[in-house]
Amino acid sequence: MPEGPTFAQPDASALLLPFAGSRREIAEYEANGGYASLRKAVGMTSEQLVDEMIASNLRGRGGAGFPAGKKASFLAGGAERYLVINGDESEPGTFKDREIILRNPHMLIEGVLIYLWMIRGTAAYIYIRGEYAKEASILEGAIAQAREKGYLGSPLLGTDYVPQVYVHRGAGAYICGEETALLSSLNGERGQPTAKPPFPAVSGAFKKPTLLNNVETVATVPLIVEMGGASYAGVGTEQSTGTKMFSLSGHVRNPGNYEMPLSATYRDLIEGKGGGMPEGRTLKGFVPGGSSMPILMPNQLDTGLAFEAVVAAGSMAGSGGVIVVDDRTCMVRFALRTAEFYMHESCGKCTPCREGTRWITELLRKLEAGLGREEEIDLLLDICNRVEGNCLCVLGDACAMPVRSHINNFRSEFDEHVRLGRCPCPDDAPMTELYPPLMRAPLPLVTI
Amino acid sequence: MADLYTQIQDEIAKYPDRRSAILPALRHAQEHYGWLSPEALEAVADGLELSPAHCLAVASFYDMFFLQPVGDHVVEVCTNLSCALVGSDKVLRAFEQELGVVAPGTSADGKVTLRRVECLGGCGWGPVVSVDEDYQEHFKTEDIAPLISELRATPRPSESHA
Repeated sequence: MPEGPTFAQPDASALLLPFAGSRREIAEYEANGGYASLRKAVGMTSEQLVDEMIASNLRGRGGAGFPAGKKASFLAGGAERYLVINGDESEPGTFKDREIILRNPHMLIEGVLIYLWMIRGTAAYIYIRGEYAKEASILEGAIAQAREKGYLGSPLLGTDYVPQVYVHRGAGAYICGEETALLSSLNGERGQPTAKPPFPAVSGAFKKPTLLNNVETVATVPLIVEMGGASYAGVGTEQSTGTKMFSLSGHVRNPGNYEMPLSATYRDLIEGKGGGMPEGRTLKGFVPGGSSMPILMPNQLDTGLAFEAVVAAGSMAGSGGVIVVDDRTCMVRFALRTAEFYMHESCGKCTPCREGTRWITELLRKLEAGLGREEEIDLLLDICNRVEGNCLCVLGDACAMPVRSHINNFRSEFDEHVRLGRCPCPDDAPMTELYPPLMRAPLPLVTI
Repeated sequence: MADLYTQIQDEIAKYPDRRSAILPALRHAQEHYGWLSPEALEAVADGLELSPAHCLAVASFYDMFFLQPVGDHVVEVCTNLSCALVGSDKVLRAFEQELGVVAPGTSADGKVTLRRVECLGGCGWGPVVSVDEDYQEHFKTEDIAPLISELRATPRPSESHA
């Protein structure tokens, strides 16, 4: 029988999940200090809480790394204001929010309640990706337990404020991780992004001012309230404070989620935690922050995990999904599998993304099938350049940036496919199939 | 099973705007009807007081809604990067051979629909296979035969993770 998920043992630097296994029951959570931060927060004003958040310099854990305290301070006033938690975790290579929910759901609920109190929100909606059925039911269970204990659905800890928290399940669409698409989806529309302004802080859920944060960001708030913002900011680097969950997958001995201080490096993660490459393999490259990010090379292993360090290395920290690639992997197939995903997930609203992701995928398929031409590699780069920065949301960039980096870093492999008229990789190389795109009707190979 | 109309009203109560209940309403309808048939979409539209066309427009956007009939069980194999690097292509191929179908497709006995899906969020524990919305991780090709015979002997699940 297949095993379930395997959770890594935390080390002494772990702050968010400093224990092995899971604590799903509220009694267990409370016995370990749970909901004490909520009590402390209720004794503080909204301004004090926002100030602690700003002092912590916590940067959003969903991908963009925007300072969470500053984001909270942007929220427009009004009688009705909402908190939405982004649990749509869909960036390939990322599975950290899922581990947080599986192991410590009450940490998220406590964070939600502190956030709600901070903004005196009308209600919170946890938008969780539809595929996370088990995780959604764990959250429903945690909410029911918290309700029974009087933390929500009734006046909060002697105040007259009544917090409400709901789980809202998605239904399978990567784009709903993008904030405006998520809000379209929550508002009952197709999950397509919308132009900003208006920003969610002014018009979001149900067209009301809305604060939207990632699961891990919200789950970190009880810790910040407990430690104090300034102490939290003492961990990590000056610009990237605290610890963060990193999802490690691909060709590595010990894949899994690891909580790392943001002062650590990719070497600490891949070689230290991950145990390095499997026997007999060497590192070809690693994607540092989910499949949408440019690949980094073996000589960049000492790059820091901090947001600013990854940018300086020419990529982005993104969601923290680290995909390790060994020497046997065909980078044309890797680029194709990447591009196919974004083509499938493009919402179709804006032209550069809808057309660009398709043409990138088609040209890569042709190349991998041995039918590519030399000039089509340059055409691919040209399309990537025309897509990037020209789309309504970042999905187009998410396809163009990694594909361009795969071509530029491994150009000789792409050229070799043209020269030989076939894929030069051995039969047992990873990714054995050249699938048709995930469309209802497979597309024919196109000739340009 | 509760009445679909009542289920939809219970979902509407969670939101300030009834339109927001469309995803849970569609999910309940799919559980009742097995797929989102025109009849199922009419029922959702009735419950939400929206047009069936709007319900279809929304349903067709999302991968988890079935606009065509599916088998009693749905098996989904992730073939995105992390799973592909650790052998998910072989798992999908082996499923296709066991079931005698090419994904996406349903076995001749109507019991199992096989689909290839994008990242399920189990990247470090791949290959990941979702069986009726229940993840099976570290999946190996030798797990296929016992799983399929179990599914062939099991009726359609009536409610997912209630």
